[in-house]
Amino acid sequence: MKANDMNRVLYIDLTKKDVRTEERADLFDAYLGGSGVAIKLLDEECPKGADPLSASNPLILAVGPLSALYPSASKTVAMFKSPLTGNLGESHCGGRSAMAIKLAGYGAIVVKGSSDLPVYLAIHGDDIKFKDASSIWGMEAVTVGRVLREVETGSGVRTIIRTGTAGGKMVRYACAVTETYRHFGRLGLGAVMGSKKLKALVISADKSVEIPKDKRKDYKKIYDEIQEVVVKTDAMEKYHDLGTSGKIYDLNKIGGMAYKNLQSARAPEKIAREFSGESIAERYLSRRISCAHCPVGCVHLASLRELYEPGYYFKTTTMPYDNETIYALGFMLGMTKAEDYLRLIDAVDRVGMDAISTGVTLAWATEAYGKGLITKEHTDGLEFTWGDVQVYSKAIDKIVDMPNAFYQNLAQGVEHASSVYGGQDYALAFGGNEMPEYHTGIACYVNNLTGARHSHLDSAGYDLDQKLIGKEFSVEEVVEKLLKEEEWRQILSSLVVCFFARKVYTPGVITKALDALGIENWTEEKLEDLGRVIHRAKMDFKFREGFNLSKLRIPKRIFEVPTPHGFLKEEELRKAIALYKDKIGSG
Amino acid sequence: MVKRLAALDENKCIGCMECMFACSRRVGRGGFDKSAIRVRSAGGIERGFVIVVCRACENPPCAKVCPTEALKERKGGGVILNEDTCIGCGFCAQACIMGAIFWDNERNKPIVCNYCGNCADYCVHDVIGLVELKAGA
Repeated sequence: MKANDMNRVLYIDLTKKDVRTEERADLFDAYLGGSGVAIKLLDEECPKGADPLSASNPLILAVGPLSALYPSASKTVAMFKSPLTGNLGESHCGGRSAMAIKLAGYGAIVVKGSSDLPVYLAIHGDDIKFKDASSIWGMEAVTVGRVLREVETGSGVRTIIRTGTAGGKMVRYACAVTETYRHFGRLGLGAVMGSKKLKALVISADKSVEIPKDKRKDYKKIYDEIQEVVVKTDAMEKYHDLGTSGKIYDLNKIGGMAYKNLQSARAPEKIAREFSGESIAERYLSRRISCAHCPVGCVHLASLRELYEPGYYFKTTTMPYDNETIYALGFMLGMTKAEDYLRLIDAVDRVGMDAISTGVTLAWATEAYGKGLITKEHTDGLEFTWGDVQVYSKAIDKIVDMPNAFYQNLAQGVEHASSVYGGQDYALAFGGNEMPEYHTGIACYVNNLTGARHSHLDSAGYDLDQKLIGKEFSVEEVVEKLLKEEEWRQILSSLVVCFFARKVYTPGVITKALDALGIENWTEEKLEDLGRVIHRAKMDFKFREGFNLSKLRIPKRIFEVPTPHGFLKEEELRKAIALYKDKIGSG
Repeated sequence: MVKRLAALDENKCIGCMECMFACSRRVGRGGFDKSAIRVRSAGGIERGFVIVVCRACENPPCAKVCPTEALKERKGGGVILNEDTCIGCGFCAQACIMGAIFWDNERNKPIVCNYCGNCADYCVHDVIGLVELKAGA
């Protein structure tokens, strides 16, 4: 197939068990792919006010023109209405997903409707089948992978996107898992799959892209240039050696790491050392792996060997780790031992929930329990205590099992749970999404509040905060920079390249990379303009669904604990949001 | 000295598949359906990866079963394919117990490593490389 043929959209209707494809050059020509095409498809397919857990909510997966063809263009964008926030849902994932979708011959996949019986989708190139998933419906994500690996073809050149038990129970922050250790983590894609009775998608590659004959020299040249930069810049060192956990210790040292539900932004030195990237790597790192077509290998796996039963019965468990989960399931929950944190990752991964949302929700529950807002009756007998791995493991299972109203509420996230039981001042969600680890200053919170996904990766406010330490700056400057960053990231996530390679894919490199595929006439200016257009399209969807920048809830806790820039003031943060609103001209 | 491609240290493999992509790029394709090398997990990603590529066997079983002698032993070791005389019967792929002969479905021809080393140029983790073939090794 030709690079320009990547415009096929596969439409799957789970209600009617029907499939069709459509050439959507109109979308791919104008919006590249990934986020740009996905938001347009979401606009087309998602009716206003749709219940995120109903058949009318579409599940969209999109790749882009660079997917599978250049180093680190390894991510797939999922777009849907989020059952957690009730608004725009967008989550990115690597593994082999992007390569498999692209080389199966699709630019995007739209899954609509809802099945009457549990199904999984087997998409082997043009051969698409609905298959009965009754036998695997109640299974953990890892087991589903094991079963489908055996019964489906495409070994080594496929992705298996599946939900765990949390997805089936529609925990609002259930995730989708690929290749055992990668996740569409945030905003509840797993719950959307659960609501559709869709357990998994197996997608395997069977095609390749023909590079235009007159462009092959250019393609090799720009490919080699990109490869050279990817492996020679700090990306390799930063993300391959220790991985993202390499920055944990320093973040804590500057007092920018939320600890015990942000009762403090700096854990004791002993804890910071226990959870540092070096410390975990030395004791538990067992393997580093990468997404398909990315030489970096940022994914870090830990192995934990432990006594299972007396009589020399040992078990060894492998789990992925990174800075986000160390924060959410380590620092936030007051863990004191890295191995306990690893046990919690395993517990969360087994059921298939977003680690950040789980950690933040349980951290709120622990503080609320300590303050007497919730009691043992609510918790079904569990005594929420910082650092208690047994209790948190049981709580994770109970969030999925939902034995009573309390756990049903926890399964809807901290915004909802705190609206029922109180303690909103320390319920750390922004725009309904549980916060990432950063308590670094005003920029990270403007990011959390205004970002289209309420993800730290929307505009990297945490990064800006840290760059501004010791410098004079204005709120205007912060808002301007964040907006510009978020707009530009729309291009990266439309191509789709991994944000870890953002320094490699400069506008100049991108235009050359596209040109070498025969996708001509893109200029740096056009890319920048498109970034703005895609960002506004996402915000317009949010406003359509009721998002209001003037009515954002800001938990008081963030003003009570100093950041590396000192105490944050609510007036200043509100002013920044008002400025943001002015700049985008709506909301 | 004649060389072949070899897995030097599979323990270092991160499963990025850059070798597979590099192989198909030689013929102007983005993907791996023209590739003579594969990376597979060794039974679950946590166990690491294995590289599947022609080992340039001595007395190669694949060449022995070729009915038209399109696949022949290369001087000094390994095999060489004459695509013009290949009838696409697939016996060679069946004879290779390493699974290192892949299939070009578009052209109905086997895909066999020609030991050019292009894939190794893109392996930044030093997993694969060209090694000299020694008779009797």
